[in-house]
Amino acid sequence: MAVKVKIPVPLQRLTQGKEEVEGAAGTIISLVNDLDQQYPGLAERISENGKLRRFVNIYVNEEDVRFMKNEETEVKDGDEISIVPAIAGGM
Amino acid sequence: MDFSEEQLMRYSRHIILPEVGGKGQKKISNAKVLMIGAGGLGCPVGYYLAAAGVGTIGIVDNDEVELSNLQRQIAHSMNTLGVNKADSAKKTFEALNTDVNVIAIKERINSENILDLMKDYDIVVDGTDNFPTRYLINDACVMLNKPLVSGAILRFEGQVTTIIPGQGHCYRCLFEEPPPAGLVPSCQEAGVLGVLPGVIGALQATEVLKLIIGKGKPLMNQLLIYDALGVDFRKVKVPKNRDCPVCGENPTITNLTDLPEEYCSI
Ligand SMILES: [Zn+2]
Repeated sequence: MAVKVKIPVPLQRLTQGKEEVEGAAGTIISLVNDLDQQYPGLAERISENGKLRRFVNIYVNEEDVRFMKNEETEVKDGDEISIVPAIAGGM
Repeated sequence: MDFSEEQLMRYSRHIILPEVGGKGQKKISNAKVLMIGAGGLGCPVGYYLAAAGVGTIGIVDNDEVELSNLQRQIAHSMNTLGVNKADSAKKTFEALNTDVNVIAIKERINSENILDLMKDYDIVVDGTDNFPTRYLINDACVMLNKPLVSGAILRFEGQVTTIIPGQGHCYRCLFEEPPPAGLVPSCQEAGVLGVLPGVIGALQATEVLKLIIGKGKPLMNQLLIYDALGVDFRKVKVPKNRDCPVCGENPTITNLTDLPEEYCSI
């Protein structure tokens, strides 16, 4: 068992096209670092100096980590994590 | 005003629905919806709202129809290449339904004109292609207390959310800041599956009609994410942020300003 992480389309080229990947349980920031080990470059796109970027949200199941313990939010095996960046296209 | 025989026929599949009925259809006929952008999202949104008989549809767009738009912008055609998009869409929607008063507003929206453009409308639809305008529309809707149905698309992915100021979250509660320029590809570079704005636009039109008739649950305090490749619809919770700079307890944004840079997503 591990944590399932949904990768948004704009970041899927860092995950070899995979829309879902697995990472280790722990805090959000340790998960991000774990994912970066597997898929180099991912951490930089969603975080900066250990803080999540303000235009990228991370959800544990349906909950936004900003309204929990942010980067320190604990995730456990079986949780579903979604990385959701702001997108702006309309035309 | 009562419906004519012809209108009763035209809207019969609405009127027969208990949730709509003659009363709901009247509300639709009296509604005024402002669409910002007559592109990928604006075309399907406007098409369905016109078909539904929304009384007044304002369309703000300053661009002209180009051949590369026709892969997805279904209100335009070979006959309107080079024509202003608001005018082109108006032509299409009026051909579908003469009940609808379509107002083409051939302007680029900015902090100077936005409040004036919005003030006579009940609901605003965001179908724009850049972050500065999205944040501007959000802030203006919060200030004017106008419901906003926001949609965004990129490649194979779309997002929809319904903002009801005073009741639920706003776009800044969802994403605190737009991404800095340089970190994101421009929309022209990014590409989009042609049918994707159809899916997202149809969801936005659905939200608008629900708000008009006052039925169902709006996508308030929620973000719907659609991934076309994985056929995945996901909803996540979007709480109202008490520290939100525009709709929070101590707002720091009380004036509208234009952000210069334009970008699409990470
Ligand atoms: Zn807010």
